[in-house]
Amino acid sequence: MAALLEMRGITKAFPGVKALDAVNLTVQAGEIHALVGENGAGKSTLMKVLSGVYPAGSYDGEIHYDGALAEFANISDSEARGVIIIHQELALVPLLSIAENLFLGNERAKAGVIDWRDTNQRTGALLKKVGLNEPPSTLVDKLGVGKQQLVEIAKALSKEVRLLILDEPTAALSESDSQALLDLMLELKDQGVTQIIISHKLNEVRRVADTVTVIRDGSTVSTMDARAEPITEDRIVRDMVGRDMAHRYPARERRAGDLLMEVKGWNVWHPLHTDRQVIHDINLAVRAGEVVGIAGLMGAGRTELAMSLFGRSYGRAITGSIEIGGKPVDVSTVSRAIAAGLAYVTEDRKSLGLILDETIQRNITLANLDAVSRGQVLNETAETRVAEDYRKALNIRTPSVFQQVVNLSGGNQQKVVLSKWLFARPEVLILDEPTRGIDVGAKFEIYGIINDLSAQGKGVVMISSEMPELLGMCDRIYVMNEGAFVGELSAEDASQERIMSLIVTE
Amino acid sequence: MDIAEHGADAPQKQGIGEYLVRHLREYGLLFALIAIMGFFQIVTGGTLLKPVNVTNLLLQNSYIVIMALGMLIVIVSGNIDLSVGSVMGFVGALAAVMIVEWEQSTAITMITCMIAGGLIGAAQGYWIAYWKIPSFIVTLAGMLVFRGASLWLLEGQSLGPFPREFQMLSNGFVPDIFPAGFSATVADLLGQKRINVLAFGTGLVAAALILWMELKARAQNRAYGVMGEPKAFFIARIGIVSIALIFILFKLSTFRGLPNVLITMGVLTIIYAFFTERTVTGRRIYALGGNEKAAKLSGIKTERLTFLAFTNMGVLAAIAGMVFAARLNSATPKAGFALELDVIAAVFIGGASMSGGVGKIVGAVVGAFLMGVLNNGMSIMGIGIDYQQVIKGLVLLAAVIFDVYNKSRQA
Repeated sequence: MAALLEMRGITKAFPGVKALDAVNLTVQAGEIHALVGENGAGKSTLMKVLSGVYPAGSYDGEIHYDGALAEFANISDSEARGVIIIHQELALVPLLSIAENLFLGNERAKAGVIDWRDTNQRTGALLKKVGLNEPPSTLVDKLGVGKQQLVEIAKALSKEVRLLILDEPTAALSESDSQALLDLMLELKDQGVTQIIISHKLNEVRRVADTVTVIRDGSTVSTMDARAEPITEDRIVRDMVGRDMAHRYPARERRAGDLLMEVKGWNVWHPLHTDRQVIHDINLAVRAGEVVGIAGLMGAGRTELAMSLFGRSYGRAITGSIEIGGKPVDVSTVSRAIAAGLAYVTEDRKSLGLILDETIQRNITLANLDAVSRGQVLNETAETRVAEDYRKALNIRTPSVFQQVVNLSGGNQQKVVLSKWLFARPEVLILDEPTRGIDVGAKFEIYGIINDLSAQGKGVVMISSEMPELLGMCDRIYVMNEGAFVGELSAEDASQERIMSLIVTE
Repeated sequence: MDIAEHGADAPQKQGIGEYLVRHLREYGLLFALIAIMGFFQIVTGGTLLKPVNVTNLLLQNSYIVIMALGMLIVIVSGNIDLSVGSVMGFVGALAAVMIVEWEQSTAITMITCMIAGGLIGAAQGYWIAYWKIPSFIVTLAGMLVFRGASLWLLEGQSLGPFPREFQMLSNGFVPDIFPAGFSATVADLLGQKRINVLAFGTGLVAAALILWMELKARAQNRAYGVMGEPKAFFIARIGIVSIALIFILFKLSTFRGLPNVLITMGVLTIIYAFFTERTVTGRRIYALGGNEKAAKLSGIKTERLTFLAFTNMGVLAAIAGMVFAARLNSATPKAGFALELDVIAAVFIGGASMSGGVGKIVGAVVGAFLMGVLNNGMSIMGIGIDYQQVIKGLVLLAAVIFDVYNKSRQA
């Protein structure tokens, strides 16, 4: 098999930092090549070099593509040669139709006038190819993330793609959407489309990849051929973090104490579609020191449940009661919920959890400014002390607490959000996808923090789409589907199969 | 993202050059003001910094500065207020009608006017905060409504004059509290014909206070191992600010002393600087502007804060309206016309961000004076209003381009 792409000795330096150091990457024609590594390892930078975001001349090394030296000056250069990259953040225009999005910048037009018949026909054919059953005139806005991802792939196909690069394509997808996407990747492979996938989900990598290249700290660590020998996840993880991680979940002494929080008969209606009930009669209990998981597919209503509990931040016509420490509490506004001892760590840290342009210090104290002020007047010395304490306790890697959080990596940002809520001194923490989009090393640290909370007798509710994580961390798991709890499993009884079967049999 | 991570993890070694690059904006503003003053001082043959002109400069810009304080908060909260010029004109008209036609006392008029301003701000803030109607639209409507309302109130005529006490708001000076003999001695010492010791003393005390506060903050930073500004910068900055302050107040002291409005302006500036930087509510406004959703999920009552920001803006516009009317000694239907643009420009020149969450009171005040010196200097030079507008526009654009460029280079 001939190599479609050969990147040799790619070195890319930014002022003060070498992001890539003599990286080699060889992709054979017709294979699916997985690129894995921790956040900040240099995967995205490498793909930006390849696609011309960083033009030829701004890096050292050579790119050989399709048998010739390639020097892409910009993205349209590389796209013209069939190299197409689908970014993690989708680049679709929400208020345009699928057809309009597919041919954006590449319109089917005669003399500047769009030929709608041709556009729609081609769109129909492309949508069929990716298995998306929607009329071409549907606004992208109306599609879920999974379907939007398919539109992106259809857009790539419309440009006669030869090398398709997918940057964390399943990060925001539900289990079933992810499976569909992986199936599509395999199908495209059969049609001869060479693909590079960047992913953190090693089970997915194992499922589709023919070859795996691991990058760490800007250098190639290893390349494994799955066709020659089966690749184990442990092997990949070891190469990614540079150390053995026999235990992906730190051990914890399980000690569920007294009943800490009890939610009874919780019902929530959709904020706009007033006749739609989103949460149905949920009963949830958390004991002191217990880590309770909520499993379910994307759209099962887990985030909606959590946010409705936390100061009615979601939904309307909410009914039900909450008791914390045996007493009924008022959680009708966020500040009351905080006062009652509840904290909610959002799944979407960038848009709901952090003020990115503010410093670490100011983010950490935001939810409990009263503790660092006398009356109205802030005590900045006390603030700095608090921030420093959390920086040390949670190992936030930063030169100082006066750094803007926008400059931190995902894992460190997540630690800042956690610090903020720990400083609010809650009794019960609801963690919504606490390890989404962060690397293996940081995940392990977050698990450690969760275990510490449990040891302190706090209650933790953990929402996660990664079942192994729930199985590894929780004492008890509620299974949620379509807004209701459809089962409850103890740690001993729980398995991926049992959770899935509870979801599908409902 | 990759780059930023490495940047954060890399050990931080700050040289003086790098520090300057990082804080170019803050120093740039101060130096720009000094450079512009120096330029006009030379080309106007020394007229710019004559005591009478310094006094004029302060009086001319007082109402812009007062409104810039409120506008900074509005802009930091992620909003804009286009109505302030009209509200200011309306309140001036209301004051004139109350005093001249209804023969109310100055005190009652002032209190009523401030309440009226607050109510106007609250009415606009209500729609913006609780109905989520964009502030641009609500205040655009307010701009039209209150322009019309002041025309109606004044029946299209100018109304005046005001009694002396009301005029004192703008044209009065604080009398020297020191005995005449002492003042004469000080004047002799400094080689001046006469001097207002209170004004000069205020300058010295203010400079000493700034020095003390800055030294305290610096010591505190050092205690936490925070890399503060390099010593040379610290000395230069404090030196320039102190000397400028003493110099300005010295100029004032050789003319008529401290204008009443300078006291109003100074006290308000200190209060708002303290409010924005050191209080819980102030901090929350920055959080609201930085990321409204995150602020809300942190237990901050974002609606109430937005409402308060506009209410406060209304009160400050009312104060500015009275200062303006007192200065002209009459209320005119044209008062405050297009002034909102000068106020907004001052805030942006002062480094506030259009998207909210960023900006400082001191920056807004310096921005207002920068525009004021430009106006004043160009008028003394006899440059036509046509060129003046063009130059002011270009200065605003340059300041914002500089901001954006600076930010992209740091990223």
